[in-house]
Amino acid sequence: MSDINELYQQVILDHNKKPRNFKVLDTANRRQEGYNPLCGDQLVLYLEMDGDVIKDVSFQGQGCAISKASASMMTAMVKGKTAAEAEVIFDEFHRMVKGEMDPATEPHHLGRLTILAGVREFPARVKCASLSWHTLHAALAGQDEPVSTE
Amino acid sequence: MQTAQETKLTINDESPKFDVESIRRDFPILGREVHGRPLIYLDSAATYQKPQVVIDAVSRYYAEDNANIHRGVHYLSQLATREYEDARVKIKRFINAAESHEIIFTRGTTESINLVSNSFGRKYIKEGDEIIISAMEHHSNIVPWQMLCEQTGARLRVIPINDAGELLIDEFIQMLNPRVKIVGVVHVSNALGTINPVKRIIELAHSHDIPVLIDGAQAAPHFKVDVQDLDVDFYAFSGHKLCGPTGTGVLYGKTAILNEMPPFMGGGDMIASVSFEKTTYNTLPHKFEAGTPHIAGGIGLGVAIDYLTGIGLDRIAAYENELLEYATELIGAIPGVKIIGTAREKASVLSFTLDTVHPHDIGTILDQEGIAVRAGHHCAQPVMKRFAVPATARASFAFYNTKEEIDKLAEGVQKVTAIFG
Repeated sequence: MSDINELYQQVILDHNKKPRNFKVLDTANRRQEGYNPLCGDQLVLYLEMDGDVIKDVSFQGQGCAISKASASMMTAMVKGKTAAEAEVIFDEFHRMVKGEMDPATEPHHLGRLTILAGVREFPARVKCASLSWHTLHAALAGQDEPVSTE
Repeated sequence: MQTAQETKLTINDESPKFDVESIRRDFPILGREVHGRPLIYLDSAATYQKPQVVIDAVSRYYAEDNANIHRGVHYLSQLATREYEDARVKIKRFINAAESHEIIFTRGTTESINLVSNSFGRKYIKEGDEIIISAMEHHSNIVPWQMLCEQTGARLRVIPINDAGELLIDEFIQMLNPRVKIVGVVHVSNALGTINPVKRIIELAHSHDIPVLIDGAQAAPHFKVDVQDLDVDFYAFSGHKLCGPTGTGVLYGKTAILNEMPPFMGGGDMIASVSFEKTTYNTLPHKFEAGTPHIAGGIGLGVAIDYLTGIGLDRIAAYENELLEYATELIGAIPGVKIIGTAREKASVLSFTLDTVHPHDIGTILDQEGIAVRAGHHCAQPVMKRFAVPATARASFAFYNTKEEIDKLAEGVQKVTAIFG
């Protein structure tokens, strides 16, 4: 049986309560909206790109603890990384929360993001955890349309 | 005919205690476990569970009587036709329609409303006309009208609600004018539980000769609906919210108005004769029932209605009211809980938020306790916007729920509070 405390770990609750980089980024040169039409979660991601490097990143929006914590941790993780590096992490993260990659046994670059591995036991919540990442992916691709988890 | 009042008095005088334990045994799913705990199903506003008699009726139809209806001279086709048409008669009695042909089978409330918006809309609604709905509609009674407005250039107007989630009838009165061609209002709000004064709304609209459609999806399971007493022009509801199969629904319409409306979908069964030069349409109700319908579903719905009337809609309403009062008091007393929807007249729907905890997190934690509630916008995003919340958690109670289950819900909500600190 999946343990609810595995999902709502202290670190996640802390990021939910005090999300990092939760603001409008005045220096942003890219802005991307993300939306989960099933549950109504929405966020806006702000990126300041310096060439290929994510110089600064922030987000705003509303959502559950999982989506907010995931977005918060993502911003902390990708700041200073290149777009290509962020894409690698996105792919690993996505496979982890879908239960296709086990960070305990396989090599990865997820660092403390592995704390969100518990999401894989809650299929209904995978989209919450990945909304911010899909939004980042769309922003890096220079997509104009709001991105949807559907 | 007995009036509702007489029925109620008889029942109050003689009825034994509401035996919920015996009723629960009629629903096999209520015996199952979820995440290793007994299922506590508090999501009946989304869909009702099915009693064994309904499951058996559907299964028996396919095992013994399956044939297409209205077509064959052979024995099984006639048998299937009779069973399906018997179900129509049961539905007619259930809502006290004047005629069986005023009962049109659909796939559900959504299709029923789309039938009216397409057929009635195509014939009667033009540029500059107005359509009135309310601020507490389900998306299924918003979007079809918006689509019609886009096609025709008509204008959608919305009756506002107060902070308790009640319609502002005075505002509605101000909105009535000769440009309004139809009023569509929900009988019971799925997101707030509000029971709207639809009889009054219909009277007011009729005083301006405006027909009224009532979305009865959440009303039909909870209390007796009498379409003649309401004098309603269209009444839409779903079979799956009446303990019947999914994919079944009903549109009631008055004969005179249905006869004037063009067909919704074209196909088999809805025609009298077809040639490449001209097609003559069938009579009511078949004019609106193109193609092979959900025959087993319709028969199952008939059995579900027998089941509900066997218990008694008045007794169901009284028992569910008890559950609602109990839950409102218990859940409302938990620190941080805010109940969304506090109308004086309410059906057994309890929508709430919890301080800073998002409803999805509430839903997931309760799910781990075996408790099924809905978390989200309930297909009523304008309602969420009106109350300035992104979503709510919603517990909805049916006659097969118990106070003990509500105790467990309260414990679950307290666990959410404990986790989030």
